[in-house]
Amino acid sequence: MHFDSYDTAGFFDEMFDAQARPRPETALLAGKLDALSPTELRARQIAAERALLTRGITFSVYGDAAGTEKIFPFDIIPRVIPGSDWQHIERGLKQRVHALNLFIADIYGERRIVRAGIVPESLVASAASYLPACTGMKPPKGIFCHVVGTDLVRDRDGQFYVLEDNLRCPSGVSYVLENRQVMKRTFPQVFERLRVRPVDIYPSKLLETLQNVSPTASPTVVVLTPGVHNSAYFEHSFLAQQMGVELVEGRDLVVRDGRVHMRTTRGFQRVDVIYRRIDDSFLDPKVFRPDSMLGVPGLMDVYRAGRVALANAPGTGIADDKVVYCYVPKMIEYYLGEKAILPNVPTYRCEDPKERAYVLENIADLVVKAANESGGYGMLVGPQASADAREDFKKRIEARPREYIAQPMLGLSRVPTIVDDAVEGRHVDLRPYVLYGDDIFVLPGGLTRVALRRGSCVVNSSQGGGSKDTWVLADTETPPNPSGGQSQSQSHIKINGSGA
Amino acid sequence: MLSRVADAIYWMSRYVERAENVARFVDVNLHLALDFPEGGAQWEPLVATTGDSEMFAKRYGEASRDNVLQFLTFDRESPNSIISCLALARENARSVREIISSEMWEQVNYAYLMVMDAAKSRMALESSHDFFTQVKQASHLFVGTTYLTMSHTESWHFARMGRLLERADKTSRILDVKYFLLLPQPTDVGTTLDALHWGALLRSASAFEMYRKRHGGITPSKVVEFIMLDRKFPRSVRYCLNKAERSLHAITGASLGTWTNGAERELGRLNAELSYAETKEILARGLHEYIDDLQQRLNFVSQSVFDVFFAMKPVEPEEPQQERRSLPPLATSRS
Repeated sequence: MHFDSYDTAGFFDEMFDAQARPRPETALLAGKLDALSPTELRARQIAAERALLTRGITFSVYGDAAGTEKIFPFDIIPRVIPGSDWQHIERGLKQRVHALNLFIADIYGERRIVRAGIVPESLVASAASYLPACTGMKPPKGIFCHVVGTDLVRDRDGQFYVLEDNLRCPSGVSYVLENRQVMKRTFPQVFERLRVRPVDIYPSKLLETLQNVSPTASPTVVVLTPGVHNSAYFEHSFLAQQMGVELVEGRDLVVRDGRVHMRTTRGFQRVDVIYRRIDDSFLDPKVFRPDSMLGVPGLMDVYRAGRVALANAPGTGIADDKVVYCYVPKMIEYYLGEKAILPNVPTYRCEDPKERAYVLENIADLVVKAANESGGYGMLVGPQASADAREDFKKRIEARPREYIAQPMLGLSRVPTIVDDAVEGRHVDLRPYVLYGDDIFVLPGGLTRVALRRGSCVVNSSQGGGSKDTWVLADTETPPNPSGGQSQSQSHIKINGSGA
Repeated sequence: MLSRVADAIYWMSRYVERAENVARFVDVNLHLALDFPEGGAQWEPLVATTGDSEMFAKRYGEASRDNVLQFLTFDRESPNSIISCLALARENARSVREIISSEMWEQVNYAYLMVMDAAKSRMALESSHDFFTQVKQASHLFVGTTYLTMSHTESWHFARMGRLLERADKTSRILDVKYFLLLPQPTDVGTTLDALHWGALLRSASAFEMYRKRHGGITPSKVVEFIMLDRKFPRSVRYCLNKAERSLHAITGASLGTWTNGAERELGRLNAELSYAETKEILARGLHEYIDDLQQRLNFVSQSVFDVFFAMKPVEPEEPQQERRSLPPLATSRS
């Protein structure tokens, strides 16, 4: 009954095909949902939200004096990804992260790709996230980007595209793990029968990834957080707890005798690997921002001497730059001699006079993004923006063209989402998590972020986004026959899609 | 464990205990007020018990029932109000969520949300007994949850030590203030006995029933003995300091009867004195003077605990052989 008036027109729907029938891998789930009355569905949604609140899975709201914490809005209808699609994503991400790591090493090293004329020198030098202080640094085992969260979107054609790479401090993985805990209680039978791949292995894999780069055997690993007032504090604390390591703040760490130590109740204890969740510029006030209270004076000296490992390595942000992003397919060809498996979204670089002219002309149809921002900040969604906002962005682009890129408005895929007492399609993206250790590991799952406002494609939590659990199915075999125990409810599904 | 973490756990525990003690003596005074509508209950001494008289006088003026209640329960500006204590306990807990059990976090979170809700309605002050009972229960649940869900390692001992030092301090203050009011002169001992007031004093330390079993009839000197020196009653000063000392030694690994820092030395000395003290000596010296001295020494212990375990030590060149480096490692410490 929820799907009687469900509209699939105009976009790729993750649950229903173009003929408005449940996809083979989602039929079981669609049947289960359809069998629930609106009251039951609502009750399960409320129970899930309550579980997240009492478990304290919250983020702080900036600028709120009372220290209000909110849960990250969560929708209990999961997004299902069949095994075959996932294999494609996994191969694509491994290839991409491999090439990005080679690129970062190259930029702070020999700069072969610049000399080969593939990436312009000026692009690197002008990137806000480029750190000249890191030139010549060689992190342990040559790994710069230990933890990567790459945002993928699915366009109307059902094809996955890379929207952006996050190689600094990608967050959100704690929600993946906690959402899963809640979902196992919400739909246990469907979960079991669909053979959803587990995500709980992430903390152990992360710990292995961190231990892998330690300068010593049996290392002491810590998570470095900006502190309890940071919006991602829950995640920092959660990951430290799940890995069984200390969560430290900058003031807990000191440099003495050429090594990093933490201050404990029985004196100083050496630290070998720091999973830092603070930005490069705050790491060491002696090298970067002198006003940083979050970092550790002298840390970079110890790092240079190879006596402490930092994950991710300082300087990694160069690969986050949205103009550098445009060159990733070329990097993959240059370093690996392969074609990119996951394509980029077509992107206009405002720096280029011809492309800039196109962007200024067609700004009403484009999405404009600041090259060095993330989290949905510094962004203009042309078709939805006011004339004033468009004019404002035009001026900004003309003043500082290097700092902007533009992309066509994508038709992000949709997933059925509970909206009051009905179920409606809402646009989603997908952030899988990649760990670069001995090997490159892609967590089978990821954070499906959903734009809860009707028609919106902005999924960031700071801009009215929520999340869903992502169910990656175990293999490509035919999923369980939906005409089994669920047959009666199946036959009730009718959809008023356009059928296009 | 990290100094910052030890500090947060110690204070988390102290603040929960403090909220409970404030609820205790406010509640008992409310009951007295019902028994003595003609001013038998005095409100000013409650403020003295938390040591905030000056601030109260400046902000509220008259020590009326409503003013004192507001000041000690829901006033965010008052550092020792129940709401401030629980907010601080929760802030500390939040900064060590990966160390404490999730049940502990949920309990302290619940206690805080409960008081926040109560602050929004007048109900809490109208049916205040229920409210103060809830605060006490929330604290008891927290203590029980801590005992049952957290490994009894170094961090647990910091929590217990904080709680017991706080309890010893508050219990002695309650005794001091009440005793001072009831018997201003040491020479008055053994004169008029107001059983209700003494009963109230015992009740505010949940000591009434246990006292009856131990001593039967209420006499001032037996009340002093029970609250200061009883070996088995878990809120007596002696009991608290004895267990606090054990936790302190569990943390450092030094055996009881020896000391490796100022906190161990002072706490050991205090415990020895309490173990061999007699009530008549205490009364002869003057209870107020005795408790005053006790509190100064407790402050010294707290300060030493801070210096030894929590203080952010200087970064630059230190002697390679630090005092506490020579301590044996604890089998229970996290590494």
